[in-house]
This record gives sequence, C-alpha cells and structure tokens, in this order.
Amino acid sequence: MTSLEQINEATEKLVAAEPTHDGAKTSRLKRKDILGLQEMTAEEIELILQTAISFKDLLGRQIKKVPTLRGRSVITLFYEASTRTRTSFEIAAKILSADTSSIAVASSSVAKGESFKDTILTLRAMKPDVFIIRHGASGAPHFAASLMPESVINAGDGMHEHPSQGLLDMLTILEAKGRLDGLTVAIVGDILHSRVARSNLWGLTKMGAKVRLVGPKTLMPPEVDKLPVEVYTDIEEGIRGVDVVNVLRIQLERMQKGLFPSIREYSKFFGITRDRLKLAKDDAIVMHPGPMNRGVEIMPDVADSEISMVETQVTNGVAVRMALLYLLLGGGPADVAA
Amino acid sequence: MLLLKGGRIVDPSQRLDKVADLLIDGGKIAQIGEIEIAEQVIDVSGKVVLPGLIDMHVHLREPGFEYKEDIESGSRAAAAGGFTAVACMPNTNPVTDNRSVIESILRRADEVGLVRVYPMGALTKGNKGEEMAEMGDMQEGGAVAFSDDAFPIQQSIIMRRVMDYCAMLDVPVVTHCEDTSLSAEGFMNEGLTSSILGLKGIPHEAEEIMVARNIMLARLTGCRLHIQHVSTKGSVELIREAKEAGVKVTCETCPQYFSLTEEAVIGYDTNTKINPPLRTADDVAAIKAGLADGTIDVIATDHAPHAIEEKETEYAIALNGMVGLETAVGLTITELVKAGTLTLAEAVEKMSSAPARVLGVEGGSLAVGAPADVTVLDLDAEWIVDPARFESRSKNTPLGGRKLIGLPVMTVVGGKIVSMKSEVAV
Repeated sequence: MTSLEQINEATEKLVAAEPTHDGAKTSRLKRKDILGLQEMTAEEIELILQTAISFKDLLGRQIKKVPTLRGRSVITLFYEASTRTRTSFEIAAKILSADTSSIAVASSSVAKGESFKDTILTLRAMKPDVFIIRHGASGAPHFAASLMPESVINAGDGMHEHPSQGLLDMLTILEAKGRLDGLTVAIVGDILHSRVARSNLWGLTKMGAKVRLVGPKTLMPPEVDKLPVEVYTDIEEGIRGVDVVNVLRIQLERMQKGLFPSIREYSKFFGITRDRLKLAKDDAIVMHPGPMNRGVEIMPDVADSEISMVETQVTNGVAVRMALLYLLLGGGPADVAA
Repeated sequence: MLLLKGGRIVDPSQRLDKVADLLIDGGKIAQIGEIEIAEQVIDVSGKVVLPGLIDMHVHLREPGFEYKEDIESGSRAAAAGGFTAVACMPNTNPVTDNRSVIESILRRADEVGLVRVYPMGALTKGNKGEEMAEMGDMQEGGAVAFSDDAFPIQQSIIMRRVMDYCAMLDVPVVTHCEDTSLSAEGFMNEGLTSSILGLKGIPHEAEEIMVARNIMLARLTGCRLHIQHVSTKGSVELIREAKEAGVKVTCETCPQYFSLTEEAVIGYDTNTKINPPLRTADDVAAIKAGLADGTIDVIATDHAPHAIEEKETEYAIALNGMVGLETAVGLTITELVKAGTLTLAEAVEKMSSAPARVLGVEGGSLAVGAPADVTVLDLDAEWIVDPARFESRSKNTPLGGRKLIGLPVMTVVGGKIVSMKSEVAV
C-alpha cells in the first residue's frame, strides 16, 4: 500500500509551495487557496484560530461592520444544498464589507448543462477576488483553483475536506477547553462519507490532539487505521474518557445503499445518549456539524443540554470564515478589532 | 526494394541479435546479412531493427467517437509510436457487434493505409452482456477475436456460453475483468490514498474475482482466454497458477501499470483516472515479476483517447482512460529494459510475436518471407513526453513532462515507410 508519508509528500509538492508565514507579526496566509487542512501547518491553523478569536468580539457588538474588505468581491458557488455554510460565509464577508454574490445550482446555467470549467471561467470574468465553492465531487475546488490565480476556499468537496468546518470545530474546542494539545476527540458516525471528519482529523492531530474515529465498519474508510488515529467500532469504548464527542449526521440514503441495516439499529448501537456520555470525561462537550437527526445519532436531551456546543459552533463558523477571508485578502496588521 | 543498413537486428522469433543489413522486397523480408544495393538505402547504424510491434489493445473510436480519435489519426499515432499493427476494441457507436461494422473498419483502415488494423468484435449484442453477437459471421468478415472490453460481462452463464461458442470458432475471448458491483462509483484504487482523497475506491478484488471466474470458465469450456490490462498482484498470481494447471490463458498488462502508482492521483489530475485504476508499488513490483517470469505474455497499451472537455472536469465525472500508443515503447524501454526487468528481446517478444500468437495473425518475425513489418528504435535516445506533439487526436496522459529513454524512429509496414523521425538519415 501507499504510506501516509508518501501521500503527504506528494500532497505537499502540489499545494502552496510558498512558506507559511514569516513571523508572529505577519497576519496573512501565504497561500492562494484554502483547499484542506491536510496540507496546512500548525502555525497556519494557529494564526487562523487566533484571528477568529479577535473577530469573535466583533460579532458581539451592536454595529457588526468593519471596512476591512471594502471593494473586494466574493462569490459563493454551491453545487450542493447548504443553509448554514453558505449563509455563514456570506455573513462573514458582509461584516468585513466585501460584496457577495451567491450562485446555487438550481438557479444557474449549470442546469442547462454548462461544464464546471466554463462556469468558473465565466464567473471569473466578472472579476471576483475569492471563490467559495461547495461541490459534491472530491477535488472540484482543486480543479477550479488550477484554472485561475484568484483564491478558492473549499466549502466542502465530496468526501474529501471541509476545512472551515474543521477550523470552527477546533475553535469551539479551544474556547471550551482552553487548549487543543493533549485532548482526546471522538468523531462518531459516518466517517466514510464525511469531509467534516477528514478536516477535523488533520487539524486536530496537527494541533496535538488525539483523534478517535467511531462508527460501524461499513462506514469507516478503507485503511483508515493507517492514519494517526484510533479506530473503534464499539461506541462505549470509543467515547470512554474523551474530552470531546463530535457527532456526525447519519444519512438515510446510506441505509438504502445497504451500509447499515436500519436507522433503529444504528441509533441503538451508535446513538449518543446521556447514559453513554457518562463514559466520557465529566467535563466533556458534545458537538454536531448539523443538521441534526434528533433521536437518531444524537438524542434530543443531549442536543439541548448545557454540554452541547451546537449553537456556539455556528457562531464560531462566522468568526472562522471572517478570519479566512481576511487572511487571504486582507494582509494588513493584526489589529483587526481596533 | 528497401535496405535497412547496419542496424542491430533483434528478432526473438529467430533468436537473432546481431548487426546486419535487412533487405525488403515486394513487401516481404528478403534477406538478412551483408547486402549492397544502389538505391533505397537507409542507414540505421546505431539503431535497433525489430519485428514490427503489435498493440493488441487500442480504442480507435471509429465509428462513432471520431472527435476523440479515428482510424486515420489512431493509425498515425500507432505508426509514430513504433507499432505496425493494432487490434481495435468494439466499444464503438454503433457497437462493433456485427459483420458490417467489422468490414467498414477494415475498409477504412485499408484506405488510410498506414498500419494493419485487426478489429475485435463484441461478445454480446450492443455490448449489453445479454445476447451473443454474431461472432461466426464477424469472424468470416475479419474479426480476429472477441472482447467485452469496457462492458465486462457480469453474468457467469453468459460468459460461459460465449466461451463455449468461441472455443468452437477457435478464437480467443479477450476480457476486461471487473466485478462492476464491487467497483461501482469507484474512481481509483481502494486504500489509504482513496480514503484521504475522498474518492470511492475500487478494491483489487473487483478485478481478481473476475480473473478467477473467467479462468474457471476457460477451464470448463476449453476456450482460449486472454485477460486484458492486468493491474494487481493477485491477478498475476491467479494467472500464474492457472498456467501451471494447464488452463489456456494468456494475459497482457499496460505500461501505465508498471510505470505509475495511485500516488499519481493525488492532486486530482483526471488523466490518472483509468480503469482498472492505477494501483500500488506492491502491484507494480508483482507485475514486473510477472513480466519477467513469463506469466504476463503481452504488453499492450489500452490506448483510450478522450477529448479535452471529457477530462478537464471534476474527477468523478471525467471519463476513464489514457492514450498510450506514443509512450508505450519509451516506458517499456525505460521502466523494464533499462531497469533490468526484461532483456530487449523479451520486451520485443511481448510487443510483437506474443500478441501475434494470441490473435492468430501474421507478424512478429523478421524471418525471410515474412511481411516486411519493421520497427526501428533508437534505444538510447532520451526524450521528454510532450502530449502536444502526439499524432493522436487526443492528449490525455498524465505522463507529460516525463523523461523517457528509447524512441521509435521509423516504422515500416509491408515494406512501406509509414513513419519516420527526422534524425534518421535517408
């Protein structure tokens, strides 16, 4: 098999040859695109999280607007349905005074059979500064990024990565626990199809956390045990002693494809209940990227409990996306909240 | 008359490897030795003179997909790549599943008049894997073999019937071995790399299950079986065992399966999307071992041209395949001969007399009286793959920029020069 070292080496050769950032005072990511957390350094992730923390103050103010990105233009191009991610990016851009345009598949010429490449080139001709792309095909944002010098932020590509979600999850953990290093995070559910799981595992392991992947074998990616993670098919063993339980959405269509027997059985063996959570650390928190299937992968009383971070995650999503836009486009000094 | 003077003649069919002159007359090999004639002399000293290479796995795309390739552009690509003959696959539109399509391909190839074209017919009507095609009639019309390439027959009973029928016709069944229920929606080799890239994988077993099944059915029916594009270690092992057990099975691999691994997919270059997929370094090693010990009989290209817009797209929807006619010799010399896996004679055998034998066609020999199909090779020429310079209508290869050693410089079919690179002096 191909080793993780070989894969990482090949990935690094391809993405962002530029050095990351040259000292604590620099507040700009020296890469054109945000495609995934696999190729990001711990220093870059730290910079994004710290910048997001600064921006979060701004979200608490009455006047939520700064002129930082005035005159800059952001396009969100979503080939898959999304409420929170797209809205979150748009709000983030608007707070920074960037102009935003959203294109969703149903209302675009994609429905008329225009190729992805032609769509990108057409939109590019309208001179945006950043493309925020969600696409059902893994690697689609990479292809778009290869077509143009403008920045691309991956807002979720197939089963590959969802870097802004990984970052907002890390920000949520960092705020709740004060650190990432040394924590143990269990990611529970459909790991196979989850870009959230992949971005989380790269980000968290780079920041010194331990990651457990928990779920049925049919929903576990092949050879995933070769990654720096622990793999569990027993939910109770999987969440025993962890600091964080990150619960993934289970989709009905996976059952229809024969990947697990029934929602009932899934819930029985992998659903996050209050009883099961007693196995985690006393101060453990629960997260979910949404939308939740209450009563399936997460019980309603857990979702609504004081240890549920679901709403905080959504707020942090805006802060993280402001940080990403700012760090890609802004490039000024780090006094963002001034 | 044409005299190739002073070349190193390597003809495994005669166990010949010596510097000599080769005289062609009347479209046949006339003499090998020290020969003097006044005109039509080409100095090939320092070059290697080989029996014309035969590629038994090519998609010429005509009829139906001429925007990707046609018989003329594919023939030019073959000639430029050192091939004097190609066998073309039946996944055309209309499907090559009846005599009239076979005859039209042969007629077009004759009009083009560059390389020999041997059409393979479909095993089943419409490549649907259901009803047997009129294979007897196609054979009379010129089909050399029958294949399910691109549309692997899933039902064992159908495969059993076509094998029984082809055993009667004494033609090989040429199969693309893939359990499509296991490979469905898969875009690359299954493993850690596919898990990280978020591309659904195709396990080795999708190929190996059908290799095993088809070997068993060959044993049951007595049919000659030829397995296409072997890509996994397990397939090599299954075929090795079957040969030891006396089953009438031959197989091929393609240069991509001994030159590239799944690592090439990182970055989502759609030119790396092929079927079967690029595998791992372990598989590459097993394929090289299978070539060296004779388990793998043939090197073919699976030349699969696609238009730019079919590849400049999302990985998931890009079409499978890469062109290979113009890189096969360079990859074989670089990766196998220069690397010491095969002798030059062994490599030539797998690209000339072995495919001729599998297909039951002339060629693969420079014996006096044989058709004058000759490939001249510069064994030490170093060159960089530049798809823009391909004769093929399509440029889909992930090998652009790769440095190769070994370049075909002249191709002769039936005594006629069909391709010549400028560095050969006339």
